[in-house]
Amino acid sequence: MKTTFALILTTLLLAAPAHAKLNVVATTADLGAIAKEIGGDAITLTTLAKPTEDPHFVDAKPSFIVKLNRADVVIEGGAELEIGWLPALLDQSRNEKLAAGTPGHVICSKGVPLLDVPATLDRSRGDIHAAGNPHYIIAPSNAKIVAQNIADALAEVDAKNAETYRANLQKFAAALDAKIGEWQNTLAPFKGASIVAYHDSWPYFARDFGFKIDLFLEPKPGIPPTPAHLAEVIFKMKSENAHVIIVDPYLNRRTAETVARDTGAAVVDVTQFPGGLKGTDGGYIQLEDYLVNALAKALAENK
Amino acid sequence: MRIKSMKIFRIAGMTVLVSTLLAGANAGHAQETNEVEQLKRQLQQMQENFERSQREEQAQINALTQKLEAFTQVQAATEEKQKLTAQLAAEMSGAPTNAPVALEKQPWSPSNPLTVARAGSAYMNMSFDAMMAVGGSTMSDPSAQLQLGDHDPIKNGFSLRNAEVALDGAVDPYFKGFANIVLKLDKDNQTEIELEEAYAQSTSLPGNIQIKAGQFFAAFGRSNAQHPHQWAFVDAPIMLTRAFGPDGLRSVGTQGSWLVPLPVYTELTLGVFDGEGSTAFGFRNPGDPDAFGVNRFHGRATINRGLRGPQDLVYVPRISSSFDLTDEQTIVLGASAAFGPNDTGASASTQIYGVDAYWKWKAPDAHEGFPFVSWQTEALYENFQVGGDPTAPTPLPAETLHDWGGYSQVLWGFHPRWVVGLRGEYAAGNAGAFDAQDVFRGERERVSPAITFFPSEFSKIRLQYNYDHGARFGDAHSIWLQLEFLLGAHGAHKF
Repeated sequence: MKTTFALILTTLLLAAPAHAKLNVVATTADLGAIAKEIGGDAITLTTLAKPTEDPHFVDAKPSFIVKLNRADVVIEGGAELEIGWLPALLDQSRNEKLAAGTPGHVICSKGVPLLDVPATLDRSRGDIHAAGNPHYIIAPSNAKIVAQNIADALAEVDAKNAETYRANLQKFAAALDAKIGEWQNTLAPFKGASIVAYHDSWPYFARDFGFKIDLFLEPKPGIPPTPAHLAEVIFKMKSENAHVIIVDPYLNRRTAETVARDTGAAVVDVTQFPGGLKGTDGGYIQLEDYLVNALAKALAENK
Repeated sequence: MRIKSMKIFRIAGMTVLVSTLLAGANAGHAQETNEVEQLKRQLQQMQENFERSQREEQAQINALTQKLEAFTQVQAATEEKQKLTAQLAAEMSGAPTNAPVALEKQPWSPSNPLTVARAGSAYMNMSFDAMMAVGGSTMSDPSAQLQLGDHDPIKNGFSLRNAEVALDGAVDPYFKGFANIVLKLDKDNQTEIELEEAYAQSTSLPGNIQIKAGQFFAAFGRSNAQHPHQWAFVDAPIMLTRAFGPDGLRSVGTQGSWLVPLPVYTELTLGVFDGEGSTAFGFRNPGDPDAFGVNRFHGRATINRGLRGPQDLVYVPRISSSFDLTDEQTIVLGASAAFGPNDTGASASTQIYGVDAYWKWKAPDAHEGFPFVSWQTEALYENFQVGGDPTAPTPLPAETLHDWGGYSQVLWGFHPRWVVGLRGEYAAGNAGAFDAQDVFRGERERVSPAITFFPSEFSKIRLQYNYDHGARFGDAHSIWLQLEFLLGAHGAHKF
């Protein structure tokens, strides 16, 4: 008994110095990557969902409760992206620093003009999001808003490093601006091209780069593809001259391959999360580089 | 910028004027020096006028700038003052200085429909969940011995044993509130209603402590605290209905839990419950009336012991721990106990012990949470000291009933929306004087394969077969088809 107590005490004492840096928890890898740009060496970062995982269906594992219990800041995407798992974790985390409305609870969708906000809430249309489409971070213009939200929150919670966060924000925004020009140039020849997606998670990306991504393999959000719906998609692909199908790692690639076979289209692996595919784990800009180049290549080869 | 360009314009204009005048003078062969002098004077005057107006403009600009600066300063000072006032007020009241910031609200316009479920605009989650079953068993009355759980299908044909209204949300910055009101149809399809749960839970206590108070399920093992719609099978495990009764162990009381500050998730929980009534089955439960209206439990006439003091409450301690074996595998282990008096004798008491384990694997690239494999097991041991009843139809001695048993279940989510499951159960006990007539005693085994299809997150269809064997009734076969639907917003579940 005595040794157990001593052991617990030692563990507690050893655990204490971990709080020297600001302890930041991000729900998904894209938010984590941007938080790392802003926080730099001033923060310790933990990301909950794996980059290959469907962000709507993350298990509320008890180990996450411990991570949130020790966090100074939690960064979530908001707009109901994490609604199925984050509230249960926060309830059990017993961490007042992360309470709703406090600077330690960063909801990155703040200030982002959300698309696809349903006029009426009707689940017969599939698993719709009342607040609008939550897959907004993949659009570079929104990444800047996210970075700003994160920098504001970190600067408020950790005032002594506020200058660092602001400087990192400037650096990231400048790098992003330079890259946005480059990406726009690369994709300029393909303005207005029609691309097919498995799930409706690309409207912001389409808006930023002038694509038309409004054909989906899913008949309704969250409802798996049916042969009748796929037949319709194939028909529309021909009339819209669409030759590229994009698929996230956690979605069924085989369905996309079937459609591709019947239409002569190419399947392109994409991800919205740094680390979701090989060659994307270097951060947000590398991920966007990968997407732009992969799409430019596929669109050039499949006309 | 504008002022500067005006100046350039004027200077240019004047130069043109002067040149024209001078040119005119030259053309006149310098006849009149007087005229030249006059022109010079005029020019000088114009220059003076211009410089004066320039000076006046500059003065005006300076004055305006000063005025603007002063105004901005006042505004900043007002803001600073307001902030300081708020900070001081907070400090004086002893509240934390980082007061919650109001969430941004979307303005409402007549084109927006009024809903209670739109994210961020409702004070609570509100949902209605109904589960119904159709099927049958080789036993004519399944509820007599086979299906002892309160939410199990209780009769051959159609039954609806759980339609719940669940409400949950933040009460204020200090509490979360939860209520679960259950409606169900009895064997005559008459509606029964019960306040299954209604409790508040603290959100802002220091020291990793959380307090819960009200009517709620005791944190004993895994299954007891789960609502039927979280179950992987249509019925409650046999050993749980044996130890905790048809309803599961729930009562009015309070519970404190402590998240131990360790790198590995470890939670200590202690629940203290009133423990009176049938929802505290093994405790101060009056039992059911016999043909003569005498309340009996395990055959003994019960006495109303009342509550003499803290020793008569039910205490439910629990420890649970969880860690990730790999990124894809998580394990949760727990040990629980429940102690309290029972109503079969003046000093009779009950002790229940349980251990539980849960393991889950989920593919690293899971789509909508599939594929996955999970394994869940609980084992319980119960000591039930029953008082003697010499006046019972068959006189019964005081004795201690020991019961043990448990279940083990494996689920495989093999394809998005499809789950197959297999559950094996066993329950047994020592020999008791009333066993021949006691449906809650005697050896039992059950094997249940099931397949569940989830058309969406909000509905499911489940087909389950039960092979039952009991020392009291021999073999029985049952098949149940269950449908569940959920309306509205339902709070996220624990792992």
